[in-house]
Amino acid sequence: MPLDCGRELKDVNIRYETAGQLNADRSNAVLITHALSGDAHVCGRHTPEDRKPGWWDAMIGPGKYIDTNKYFVICSNIIGSCSGSTGPRSIDPDTGKPYNLNFPVITVRDMVRAEKALIDHLGIKKLLSVVGGSMGGMQVLEWAVNYPESVDCAIPIATACQFSPQNIAFDWVAREAIKADPDFRNGEYSADAPPSRGLGAARMLAHITYLSEETMSRKFGRNLQNKDSYDFDFDFNYDFAVESYLEHQGKRFVERFDANSYFYITRATDYFDLSAHADGDLVKTFALTDAAFLVVSFSSDWLFPTWQSRRLVEAMMKNKLPVSFCEIQSSYGHDAFLLEVDTLGRMIRDFLRHRQEGLKHV
Amino acid sequence: MFKKIRDLNRRRDLDVISSLISPGERVLDLGCGDGTFLKQLQDAGAVVQGVELDAELIGRCISNGVPVIQSDLNGKLDFTDDGSFDWVLLSQTIQEMRHPDRLLSRMVQIGHKAAVSVINFGHWSCRMQVFFQGRMPRNSQMPYHWYDTPNIHFSTIKDFRELCRDLEIEILQETPLPARFPRLTDAMPNLFAIGAVFVLKKK
Repeated sequence: MPLDCGRELKDVNIRYETAGQLNADRSNAVLITHALSGDAHVCGRHTPEDRKPGWWDAMIGPGKYIDTNKYFVICSNIIGSCSGSTGPRSIDPDTGKPYNLNFPVITVRDMVRAEKALIDHLGIKKLLSVVGGSMGGMQVLEWAVNYPESVDCAIPIATACQFSPQNIAFDWVAREAIKADPDFRNGEYSADAPPSRGLGAARMLAHITYLSEETMSRKFGRNLQNKDSYDFDFDFNYDFAVESYLEHQGKRFVERFDANSYFYITRATDYFDLSAHADGDLVKTFALTDAAFLVVSFSSDWLFPTWQSRRLVEAMMKNKLPVSFCEIQSSYGHDAFLLEVDTLGRMIRDFLRHRQEGLKHV
Repeated sequence: MFKKIRDLNRRRDLDVISSLISPGERVLDLGCGDGTFLKQLQDAGAVVQGVELDAELIGRCISNGVPVIQSDLNGKLDFTDDGSFDWVLLSQTIQEMRHPDRLLSRMVQIGHKAAVSVINFGHWSCRMQVFFQGRMPRNSQMPYHWYDTPNIHFSTIKDFRELCRDLEIEILQETPLPARFPRLTDAMPNLFAIGAVFVLKKK
């Protein structure tokens, strides 16, 4: 598979999951694109003993907002990740060893190229919809612009047409934290001694950007963790509940994520600029597509604030595309796209229903 | 009785507007509510786009299959190019706007034509309430008190014509909406019409 960086990715493996049945004319397929740390396991449980269902199980399933009794839902793990698809941990066929930092630099467009290959492999000519939030939303936009003939409608959620300088800055600090971990060894760390502290710090930083000040204040306040007064200790271990929470989030993340993958995926989002399709002109970029759009943002999301969604909507409107756009009032920050399931879900459900009915009439 | 007038009026101004629009024409409805009216136009073959501020109403538009974007009509309305719609609609909303003059000017830029329905504050019953009771008028079209009303810029039909003249907006058509006396309404709309539909165009 050719990549934007000019290199090729050999022997590409794509892990994907599906739910529901593809109908006879193959017109009910909905592709779900996941965010930075997501995976292909989008809904349901693999075994009844699974502690947790897929990452968007509240949204997707039989009788749910994206109803798998009606739609054939596909979710694939992005390339560059560490959850089944080809990524830095995979074996480089040229050397017989893991790629690590020899993995080629990938872009969001490359991720979508791999997804398109999967859709072709499944024999689907046109997706009813591509749906995703955050970095998943970037993939949704790339789908609409790169493969307009293969997408009826697109639902980018809590996303933007490009990564902002602030977003890039957070990624930079996160990667610096990983690099500063002595276990990092320029990416050549062993599986049993990964740069856990660096990756954990990177995740903690990122996690702050997913929450809002209001959520943090409500959830933790200035509460202390298992103590009644300040420690005045020199170890600077956590006193506050919010510190303990972040520590926990960092630890959990390290158990399931690979530091090298974190490098590649954050780099892909840094490079993301949809308007590059038309030399920086976002309006001309949307001339490349004829998809219908449902754009959703969240009021307290300061990582991908509403004005960025408005920029998208304006560019779509100027191309006379049918667009729906709503900013959902929420205090959850960027994470709202996973938490405001009912408000968001109803919009997605109704939007998809009308798009599918429209297809039947044609 | 008031309820009846309101229903009648509601149907009349939208009826007038929908009779103006031909299949295939592009229509932007400002303050489209739950999208019921746009859906009618869409079913009749128009290409529609709604604009609404209220998130719950936006949800209902989507459920009605009508594309709708969230925007504040008190803003610049710069989300679309000049001349990108055949029609820009504003039904019984202008009295709620902070700057009705700016909005009208923008509407005739965005649309080749604009259709605006206004409530007539010069209707005889309003005049009577002010004159005999010495109170701000209230009726089914304007059920609010002076202090809680969203309607901050009421006008008479005469006032509206004058504003259009000042803004150099051409009135292509004016359809007064009668309450009970159609002939009197035609003769003296500013006194007998409960509202009017104006078709506007930039001069």
